[in-house]
Amino acid sequence: MAADSNALSVALSLLINLDAALVDIVLLSLQVSLLAVCLAALIGFPLGAAVALWRFPGRGLVVVALNALMGLPPVVAGLVVYLLLSRAGPLGEWGLLFTPNAMVIAQVVLVLPILAALSRQKVEELLAEYQEQFVSLGMSRLRMIQTLLWDARFALLTVLLAGFGRASAEVGAVMMVGGNIDGVTRVMTTSIVLETSKGNLPLALGLGIVLLTLVLVINAAAYLVGEWARRRTG
Amino acid sequence: MKTTLTLTLATVISGTLVSQAYADDFITLASTTSTENAGLFDAIVPAFEDSTDIEVRVVAVGTGQAFEIARRGDADSLLVHDTAGEEQFVADGYASERADVMYNDFVIIGPSDDPAGIDDAENVAEVFALIADAEAPFASRGDDSGTHRAELRLWESAGVEPQGEWYRELGGGMGPTLNTAAAMDAYVMSDRATWVAFENPQNLALLFAGDKVLFNQYGSLVLSAERHPHLKHDLAAQWHRWLLSEDGQQAIGAFEVDGQQLFFPNAQ
Amino acid sequence: MTVLQPLDTHASVCPRASLIFDQVTFSYQGKHLLGPCSFTLQGAGPTLVMGPNGAGKSLLLRLAHGLLAPASGSVQWLPQRPRQAMVFQQPVMLRRSAIANLIHALAVNKTPRRQRQQLAEAALERFGLSRLARTPARVLSGGEQQRLALARAWVLAPQVLFLDEPTSALDPAAIKAVEEAVLAFQRQGTRVVMTTHDIHQARRLAADVLFMANGQLLEYTPATQFFHQPESSGARAYLRGELVE
Repeated sequence: MAADSNALSVALSLLINLDAALVDIVLLSLQVSLLAVCLAALIGFPLGAAVALWRFPGRGLVVVALNALMGLPPVVAGLVVYLLLSRAGPLGEWGLLFTPNAMVIAQVVLVLPILAALSRQKVEELLAEYQEQFVSLGMSRLRMIQTLLWDARFALLTVLLAGFGRASAEVGAVMMVGGNIDGVTRVMTTSIVLETSKGNLPLALGLGIVLLTLVLVINAAAYLVGEWARRRTG
Repeated sequence: MKTTLTLTLATVISGTLVSQAYADDFITLASTTSTENAGLFDAIVPAFEDSTDIEVRVVAVGTGQAFEIARRGDADSLLVHDTAGEEQFVADGYASERADVMYNDFVIIGPSDDPAGIDDAENVAEVFALIADAEAPFASRGDDSGTHRAELRLWESAGVEPQGEWYRELGGGMGPTLNTAAAMDAYVMSDRATWVAFENPQNLALLFAGDKVLFNQYGSLVLSAERHPHLKHDLAAQWHRWLLSEDGQQAIGAFEVDGQQLFFPNAQ
Repeated sequence: MTVLQPLDTHASVCPRASLIFDQVTFSYQGKHLLGPCSFTLQGAGPTLVMGPNGAGKSLLLRLAHGLLAPASGSVQWLPQRPRQAMVFQQPVMLRRSAIANLIHALAVNKTPRRQRQQLAEAALERFGLSRLARTPARVLSGGEQQRLALARAWVLAPQVLFLDEPTSALDPAAIKAVEEAVLAFQRQGTRVVMTTHDIHQARRLAADVLFMANGQLLEYTPATQFFHQPESSGARAYLRGELVE
């Protein structure tokens, strides 16, 4: 019980005093997750649109695979990336293990299926409306993908947020490939795990409240931008 | 909105790249959660970094995983507490050298009303036998860590094969295991360091300690340059020598939590 | 170099194309919906495709425009497939401003980048939409959207324009604007093919009439003849306002 009531005051004092270590941890969390989501979007959105557009043998399998991978457990993604980046693994030469870049890669693996699967669905809905016009205009597939992604931009913003939520909330993958090294790869979620294992529950919960606040602020900002733009474009 | 997005993206990317930039003179040390959770590295590493300008990046995992990380060539140095496993590691050719650094001890924690009555047992074998007889709940790490391996050896010496409703293998680190034990009023074996630094004991108390068998030796390993030529062997060797040096040993001995010394330097 | 009236240039350069339907049938999910249907579309138009609901007018238009492929038979253009555009009953508007919809179509059409803005503005002005240029296309009224769809077809400078019931959801003023646009296209040399179920509209616009019922083409005759002495009994019944068997 003590932990619950202390946590709020711990969270407040963390925020008010702008604890330097906390600021570093928050910034690193944001950097890693935002970069991962941006990279995943660069690949995932065109991929989703392409799957929505093309009819090819085995397409159903691809759709099911993408949907299923949305539920990929973070530790599994972490383990796969760990084995890839480990010195003994195929990409060991790059020396990326236990760096923030390794965490970005692991989160890209986690977020990419979400962005691809959800954007495929959104794009497919839009395509049903646009298809005849597209064929009438004689558009190339590439042009269709561009047009659909831009016109689905507000729906895709929500998809982006879902991806960011997944990235910033997960701990299994970044713990495994980042190593939770103090000052180098320690992020919000791995700090929470560490403080919990030290039995410092108020601090762990306080960090959790800070993380939640952060995610809340980002979502609120995105919601307001989205609503404003939606009202303008109908 | 486009410019803001580009700006954010640029900041994020450059920021991540920057954090890679100072990554030159550092070693990655694979070690155990017990040392990290107690705060040992926070206390001793700055002294080393100041004198050598070598950053030590600690990846704190279970001993089993620490061995695996070193075996795959993902860490430059290894500091663990499983002497038998460490000697095997050297014999297998993964490390070229092993040295005693320090020890702490394992303690038996349990509910303060002590339902199995281990309080005045003579030795730890008796403690384990009493717990098994009473079928009192016991929380085991169950994660192939150094602590877990030590615990299994103690059951063997007590002549008990731990199994049944009362014996719970949790498969987690020392901290999570203590959290769980506190929640279910179970007996648990912990290293003293993690226990003293642990802040959520609830109804748990230290019930038994002091048997020589419970001493928990930490060793530092110099990894094989032949197997993993890419590792930073020079820097890692400096760290290894420092741990065994007078400075290093003094720093370890000076580390206290709540006025208690937790690790006892014993380099030869 | 600015080309502000692309319609003038292509209309004079390209010889008029003719469209040949040869034993065309269409079915969907095993259900026979159209044909067999044979005719050759010639002359200057406008051609109005008429007939009761479910006659297959829209299918015929989509087969002609290439949005659907025939189940059997062939749809062929001679001497070659002309540049064409289509305006739908429900205009399909991209989720962007009115002018951006036109610029998008020009980009698809590979119009040089620096001419797009100018051509789009001219087309908006032509269809009385200048002051709505920056308005999101999807918040325009039905009539405005249909005019924007016509403006989009206009910037594509089509040699053939298909319109599928473009006025069925509009009020009289908007209908008048669409009909004027159709005549403007025709004056610029665009061959217009349009479906309607409005006999009065067909009388106002048609040079010739394709009359369909139950997925069959019943007759293809000049408008004057169709409205005075239709060949088929189906057309006679339809014009009298009776049910077509």
